[in-house]
Amino acid sequence: MKELVVISGKGGTGKTTLLGSFAALAGRSVLADCDVDAPDLYLLLHPDIRFAQEFRAGQMAVIDADRCTRCGRCREVCRFEAITSDFMVIALNCEGCGACRVVCPAEAVELQERVAGDWFQGQTKYGPMVYARLRPAEENSGKLVALVRKEARAWAEREGIGLLLTDGPPGIGCPVIASVGNADLALIVTEPTPAGLHDFERALALCRHFGVPAMVCVNKFDLNSGLEKRVHDFCAESQTAVTESIPFDESVPRAIRQGLPLVEFDLGPASRAATAVWGQVRSCLIGG
Amino acid sequence: MAWAAADAGEVEASAAGVRQHDMVIAVASGKGGTGKTTVAVGFAIVTGRCQLLDCDVEEPNAHLFLHPTLTSSEKVTLPVPEVNRERCSLRGRCAEACQFHAIAVMGKSAEGRSASGGQVLVFPELCHGCGACTLACPEEAIREVPRQVGVVESGKAGKIEFVHGRLNVGEPMATPVVRAVKAHLDRRRLTIIDAAPGTACPVVEAVKGSDFCLLVTEPTPFGLSDLRLAVEVMGKLRLPCGVVINRAGEGDQQIEQFCESKGLSLLGRIPFSRAVAEAYARGQHPVYVLPELGRCLEEVLERTLNCAQRGL
Repeated sequence: MKELVVISGKGGTGKTTLLGSFAALAGRSVLADCDVDAPDLYLLLHPDIRFAQEFRAGQMAVIDADRCTRCGRCREVCRFEAITSDFMVIALNCEGCGACRVVCPAEAVELQERVAGDWFQGQTKYGPMVYARLRPAEENSGKLVALVRKEARAWAEREGIGLLLTDGPPGIGCPVIASVGNADLALIVTEPTPAGLHDFERALALCRHFGVPAMVCVNKFDLNSGLEKRVHDFCAESQTAVTESIPFDESVPRAIRQGLPLVEFDLGPASRAATAVWGQVRSCLIGG
Repeated sequence: MAWAAADAGEVEASAAGVRQHDMVIAVASGKGGTGKTTVAVGFAIVTGRCQLLDCDVEEPNAHLFLHPTLTSSEKVTLPVPEVNRERCSLRGRCAEACQFHAIAVMGKSAEGRSASGGQVLVFPELCHGCGACTLACPEEAIREVPRQVGVVESGKAGKIEFVHGRLNVGEPMATPVVRAVKAHLDRRRLTIIDAAPGTACPVVEAVKGSDFCLLVTEPTPFGLSDLRLAVEVMGKLRLPCGVVINRAGEGDQQIEQFCESKGLSLLGRIPFSRAVAEAYARGQHPVYVLPELGRCLEEVLERTLNCAQRGL
């Protein structure tokens, strides 16, 4: 089984649009949306949800008011300002580290598991899909990403599907690290803007750091051909493969509004380029 | 108008219609790439004098448009445990206390005698720096040493005070760096905070304690879906918020309907324009190219500050 993960560094460069098109072009594959903060792939692929489950992870301190002697030791040791002067725990601040429990002389502190998100399995017309959504303002997005990928892999193995397409989150932090680790290929989608360039370099460094082979695609390349060239030069110097670039095309938001993968919406310039990119990515991933 | 002609490097004060307030306004969005940085930096440029905190520490970009002169830099560190093997008796209390599996004890000794061959392993990248291990150690064998996870830099662009943070590549935890940027918050003046995309802990840390959060969205189902999640986060934080539609035009209706159903103020629309996208791609803030965009942002800021003052 081969896994492609699409990341970008900067948000809004076109990860999901491209991955949705890959799903439509690949024939049968397993789809995973690892942007658990803001999952959007389902809006293009319309999975019919057959399974939904709460995701429990991380903990939160709970203080038993009857046992609490209000000595204040917990407030002294808490580094996250999570305990109020009347000994209530502020859920948003609590890291669940349990330092308060270690020092509480009255054994009034308990650590409770929290529901950090929900995850879903469903069928799309392109293959099975797994995705998840973090509950608002929760932590542990990295663990939720790991769960989505594990379930997607298991499904691929169960059904003998040889390809897993993973939509990654923006950034370079915890959920991105959890998305790229051990993938067979990362496609970094960038745009020819100073922000896109800056973030792409950091995303590429992240792939290097974790030993994941990377390929680069410049989206909306005609907004600034000079910067597109800089991305390509940078890739040539660092021996990173580049795909064909994709032009700026107002069909893209229209396809999203129709809830369709771009390649099924029209055969315009961006759609044709996305098809070419898929050919290059597939050769790199599967060979041939 | 000064900002219409000024070079980004020497932004002149131009309060043009915008009153000065000592408010903290966060700019956020569920979805990435909706234009948070364009709006946040645009606000800073049209006021000419304020504080701008770039809290998107995974991918900080505001400096690329504001070109500040950075004059100081500080390391962001987390305290991680260092174990003194002379004192350690391998009881394993530290490993029991650590909720993040950042410290492990091999070859535990039940009696508390130093067992030969045993060892304590620390996994620094998993450590949240909470200090529970230090507190749990009966032998006082743990000392905490700083480990760098990022950097905070600050400086000025004209009369705009600028601070941003940068998470080291390969580091999973952004929140300590966001916290370090927020430590520079100056409540005596207008402060604009540029948050990371998403709905998780780094965003919460960035917007927490602001007076108002402006959510930037785009008129697509992606924009709407992610706006809905961002509004839930603000609700959980009890933070008043409003919405601005970027790349407005086709598809605005759904966003309008959503705002109406949630009782959210729609504070403005930034029309779609290829010229904005091209200016951005050249690394120019679009207000320098399109004066009408500057006026639009001025109005959005004015409305935002009004809402913030009324706590709406």
